[in-house]
Amino acid sequence: MALAKRPPLPVILVANELAEGDVVFRTATGWSLDHRDALIAGNAEAADALEAEGRAEMAANKVVDAYLVDVVLGETGPMPRHYRERLRVLGPSVRSDLGKQAEIAGQARTALNVSL
Amino acid sequence: MYRYDEFDARFVRERVAEFRSQVERRLAGALTEDEFRPLRLQNGLYLQLHAYMLRIAIPYGTLSATQLRQVALIADRYDRGYGHFTTRQNIQFNWPKLKDVPDILGLLAEVEMHAIQTSGNCIRNVTADHFAGVAQDEIEDPRPTAELIRQWSSLHPEFSFLPRKFKIAVTGAEHDRAVIKAHDIGLRVLRHPQSGELGYQVIVGGGLGRTPMIGKVVRDFLPKDDLLAYLEAIMRVYNLEGRRDNKFKARVKILVHEIGPEEFARRVEQEFAALDGPSINPDPQEVKRIAAYFAPPPYASLPDRSERLDAALAAHAGFARFHETNVTAHRVPGYAAVTISLKPIGGVPGDATSDQMRIVADLAERYSFGEIRVSHIQNLVLPHVRKDDLYTLWDMLDAAGLGTANSGLVTDIIACPGLDYCSLATARSIPIAQSISRRFADGARQREIGPLGIKISGCINACGHHHVGHIGILGLEKNGAEYYQLTLGGDATEHAALGERLGPGLAAEEVPEAVEKIVNVYLARRTTGEAFIETYRRLGIAPFREAFQGELHATD
Amino acid sequence: MPLIDASGLKADRFTNVVEAAPLPAGDVILPLAKLATDGEAVLARGDRLGVLLPNTVKLTDIAQFLDRLSIIAISFPSFADGRGFSIAKRLRNHGYHGVLRASGPLISDQLRHALGSGFDEVEVPDALLERQPLAHWLAGLATITLRYQRDTRLGVSILDQRRAARAVQTERRVAHAA
Repeated sequence: MALAKRPPLPVILVANELAEGDVVFRTATGWSLDHRDALIAGNAEAADALEAEGRAEMAANKVVDAYLVDVVLGETGPMPRHYRERLRVLGPSVRSDLGKQAEIAGQARTALNVSL
Repeated sequence: MYRYDEFDARFVRERVAEFRSQVERRLAGALTEDEFRPLRLQNGLYLQLHAYMLRIAIPYGTLSATQLRQVALIADRYDRGYGHFTTRQNIQFNWPKLKDVPDILGLLAEVEMHAIQTSGNCIRNVTADHFAGVAQDEIEDPRPTAELIRQWSSLHPEFSFLPRKFKIAVTGAEHDRAVIKAHDIGLRVLRHPQSGELGYQVIVGGGLGRTPMIGKVVRDFLPKDDLLAYLEAIMRVYNLEGRRDNKFKARVKILVHEIGPEEFARRVEQEFAALDGPSINPDPQEVKRIAAYFAPPPYASLPDRSERLDAALAAHAGFARFHETNVTAHRVPGYAAVTISLKPIGGVPGDATSDQMRIVADLAERYSFGEIRVSHIQNLVLPHVRKDDLYTLWDMLDAAGLGTANSGLVTDIIACPGLDYCSLATARSIPIAQSISRRFADGARQREIGPLGIKISGCINACGHHHVGHIGILGLEKNGAEYYQLTLGGDATEHAALGERLGPGLAAEEVPEAVEKIVNVYLARRTTGEAFIETYRRLGIAPFREAFQGELHATD
Repeated sequence: MPLIDASGLKADRFTNVVEAAPLPAGDVILPLAKLATDGEAVLARGDRLGVLLPNTVKLTDIAQFLDRLSIIAISFPSFADGRGFSIAKRLRNHGYHGVLRASGPLISDQLRHALGSGFDEVEVPDALLERQPLAHWLAGLATITLRYQRDTRLGVSILDQRRAARAVQTERRVAHAA
């Protein structure tokens, strides 16, 4: 489900892996489970390219529901601006032992607590 | 409880094989995601915020110790060691992988379970009174009816691509514990006022969500024998005439509202009259066969007074408190139904670890003829416990963190998974429940307040049933932040009512204080023995609004 | 467009008539709008008559032709729109004995829904059949062999099989006792 309106730059591309269901981030070479590997698009061209890759990967039955997410760049990698997308990056706020936040270093978890 | 025969067993195995094939064809690209989505939804598989989510059916909220143990095994092997019980008596897993789901369904089939039609635009899990078969006010156990409907509605060729989801609930008692008035079809078993014959009151068009509505009576009395043909008539009218232009106007409640209940009833009766009942309805032998599975377990012949219970109540204050809130009177002398609260103070409402599931399974086997119920309030019930055993049972529950004495009280909160898990949500719901729970942790205070049902939804889809909460809380978004709207006066019983908006929305941290203010108004203004909802009905919303607005201004 | 029934692919003996086009010879399926104007002519010349219905149709729209139609095709604008299944059921309940065709982008898993609701065949776009070959359609039909509903045209329901099994058991008991 691509957004009708392009979110503000910079953006990353987020999707769900079809067979596993995990949230994945488009990198320069493929997909990663870690948002810190995400390719960051800083201009419209790069964002277009990301979206096109998303469409191709969906058509190839690798991922579903690929869409652009606007991010803030920081020490913990590209962190989505919107709280919903931050939850997707990190995991449920009520179970810090589950989701990516449990795998990523403590800094990311702090980011969740502070900015949500 | 119902046991599969060879046909039921083969049926679910075939469905598992079908889903396995559907997954293969999806991964190979023969099915697009758009084509696959309704197919996987009809097997209870959602794509959620972090992962897939699998919703397993617990038909009319009844399951056996064996089944609960298998669910625990699945939680450990394929998920993260816990499950979430829902407001439709089902259980959800939040972390399965698509490629593992056919295997999970295979394990479920081994214990006569499935995930058939727990989602999708089809007829969903048929829910029922969680005290079915044991409640003192019961006219007839609703579960044979629910089981008949479950079979009839499973993989129905005509009704699998409806305009929208379709939910049916059945109650067999005067007091409605199954929320039938907020369902697409609600059925109440009753006796014909003249003949005394058993039949159903048929209510259609209830539903929560964006446009909540209370269901309308479409038939005062439907003879039992005509049930399936009549349901077929309702479903056909809905399938043909329900709106398909707008997802938010596609439920049958909108159709009933737009053409009026009388016209809707007329169309149903017209369709029903054109049907050949005998070719649709089951023969009485089949109905009897199903009903036989719900025959009472081999109760012992006991006096109603239990000296052991009386002694334990006198000796153990903690147990006495539990007995007051979590033990319900039973039809059979010497027995009681026990509510196991899945709402520990500060916990996630409705969640249970696999260890807890196994403990409950063991206790069910020892104290409840191996039977467990799931209520729409997201708690568990052991329906057939001897009064003599209540203290021992409570002691074990307490040791396992399952002995919270808060059934029906302010900390017995219903909360949907919300934005912590659900991709449809606009805000988180669980942290709100947790903060309110902690605020009212004091047991004495909870008991002073008495019955008060708080229900929280993380979006307008209302899976947390907030519209029918005494206090309802709806999570929304404003200016890129979560905020919460409160409603008062909802009711999920036979006195069904939709809550009224209290005032402007609040930030998350303001919610517990607002609830406190509401509770304080109630405590100040109630008459002796008056429950919250009764005080609200007597006073109206004004005094609560006053206190709430006062609270808002105080924070300016 | 490919035509599929319970045994596989079949040839279409009917010509689908487009609204603006002149009436061809032979067996035809008319759009609903032309049924009143050209239906009688087709029957008069001895050919078989069919009609293509939108899935919003009312039975009254075609009531006067019902017993003279050899085939009724019902449009499925989308596989997720199940109205056609109920229209088929209503037609069968009404006593229609001719051929019923589901026409549109149904998916292979829906052959049993179509046949179970009263359809005899499904007509799908070429591109869809490329993605979902015949084998998928027939496999879908073969995977679910049991059904609870008593009034589908897909074999004896579970409920009736149970009844038959009970009858056999009773017979055996009686024979034993004798």
